[in-house]
Amino acid sequence: MAHKRKEMLIDPLVDNNPITLQVLGICSALAVTSSLKVAVVMAIAVTLVTAFSSMFISMLRNHIPGSIRIIVQMVIIASLVILVDQMLKAYAFEISKTLSVFVGLIITNCIVMGRAEAFAMKNPPLDSFIDGIGNGLGYGLILMLVGTIRELFGSGSLFGVTILETVNNGGWYVPNGLLLLPPSAFFIIGLIIWAFRSWKTNQVEEREYKIQTVEAH
Amino acid sequence: MEGLLSLAVKAIFVENLALSFFLGMCTFIAVSKKISTAIGLGISVMIVQAITVPANNLILNNLLAPGALAWAGFEDVDLTFLGLISYIGVIAALVQILEMVLDKYFPPLYNALGVFLPLITVNCAILGGSLFMVERSYDFAEAATYGLSSGFGWALAITAMAGVREKLKYSDIPDGLQGLGITFITAGLMAMAFMSFSGVKL
Repeated sequence: MAHKRKEMLIDPLVDNNPITLQVLGICSALAVTSSLKVAVVMAIAVTLVTAFSSMFISMLRNHIPGSIRIIVQMVIIASLVILVDQMLKAYAFEISKTLSVFVGLIITNCIVMGRAEAFAMKNPPLDSFIDGIGNGLGYGLILMLVGTIRELFGSGSLFGVTILETVNNGGWYVPNGLLLLPPSAFFIIGLIIWAFRSWKTNQVEEREYKIQTVEAH
Repeated sequence: MEGLLSLAVKAIFVENLALSFFLGMCTFIAVSKKISTAIGLGISVMIVQAITVPANNLILNNLLAPGALAWAGFEDVDLTFLGLISYIGVIAALVQILEMVLDKYFPPLYNALGVFLPLITVNCAILGGSLFMVERSYDFAEAATYGLSSGFGWALAITAMAGVREKLKYSDIPDGLQGLGITFITAGLMAMAFMSFSGVKL
């Protein structure tokens, strides 16, 4: 059992990553990654919400009527997100300003709903909690990767600490402004997916059309 | 009037929900394989967005904002922290009502949109639209305009994306990039194209 739980925690990191394979929770993954600090806060927030909402939904799973389960799940998730939002406003106001609407959008983050629907409705609370943490971490991994690339090459710093001295401050590094703009997140995630799938070739999608070479007669 | 028009153009092109705020990305990526389904989904998002944003605006200003409950004798009650849960409740309820109304009075449209309607509840573009409305403190007319035009912008983006993907499936793409990977890169290029609108001032 302990072994299975460990697998549940590790599995979503690469083998079954919510972003690169399950296509869940992409919205916020793209929007909050222009600096690493914000990405870390967002990753923690999503991990906590996913873990606790899965746990609570799993506790109630035998009492929720099927027809209104979406609403019930929504209410549980929304209450948790409100807690996170109020905490951020109280203790990290600057970051909550940068995250703006994206904290609220954790409610509709498909990872939270997806895990609630796919896992928590069928499994006991502790397993659901671990599954939630695992998926939150898988999401956080991609978020941090993208955040690191964007902040390091876009503004030459990590967590706001200068690593590559930029030209403007008399250094040598010419920052790549594109990386601070929204479209770069798409490219980076696309390339990360490429890298993941070249490594784990079983994740490659089937082609709809194959290009065939015509043999000469 | 002029203010509303420039707000609309801004919401459709410059601040496109899908391509510059990445809202509704999950559905944007998942349901953009065929133009016809993309248009269906786009239209339903537009309808729901056009109703929910002004509806949430009314709720915010008449129930939740500080002092809004003065008519009931609670002058200094501030319920803004209940915002998130009320907005998502309104969205879920409105989607449900819309589904029933369409089913009863416009069956062909209901059959065309059928599968996508319930999905819209968890589309971040809808909740995002309402949250932006709150953050930028729009009044009712602005909220109505913003709802309609941001929904239209989203519909435009997903239709364009579906058009590109329909052609893309015939191309020779490296194995690892197949499917999801190349879709992301395409979306990135589209986002860059949309960014060229950002210099437009009205």
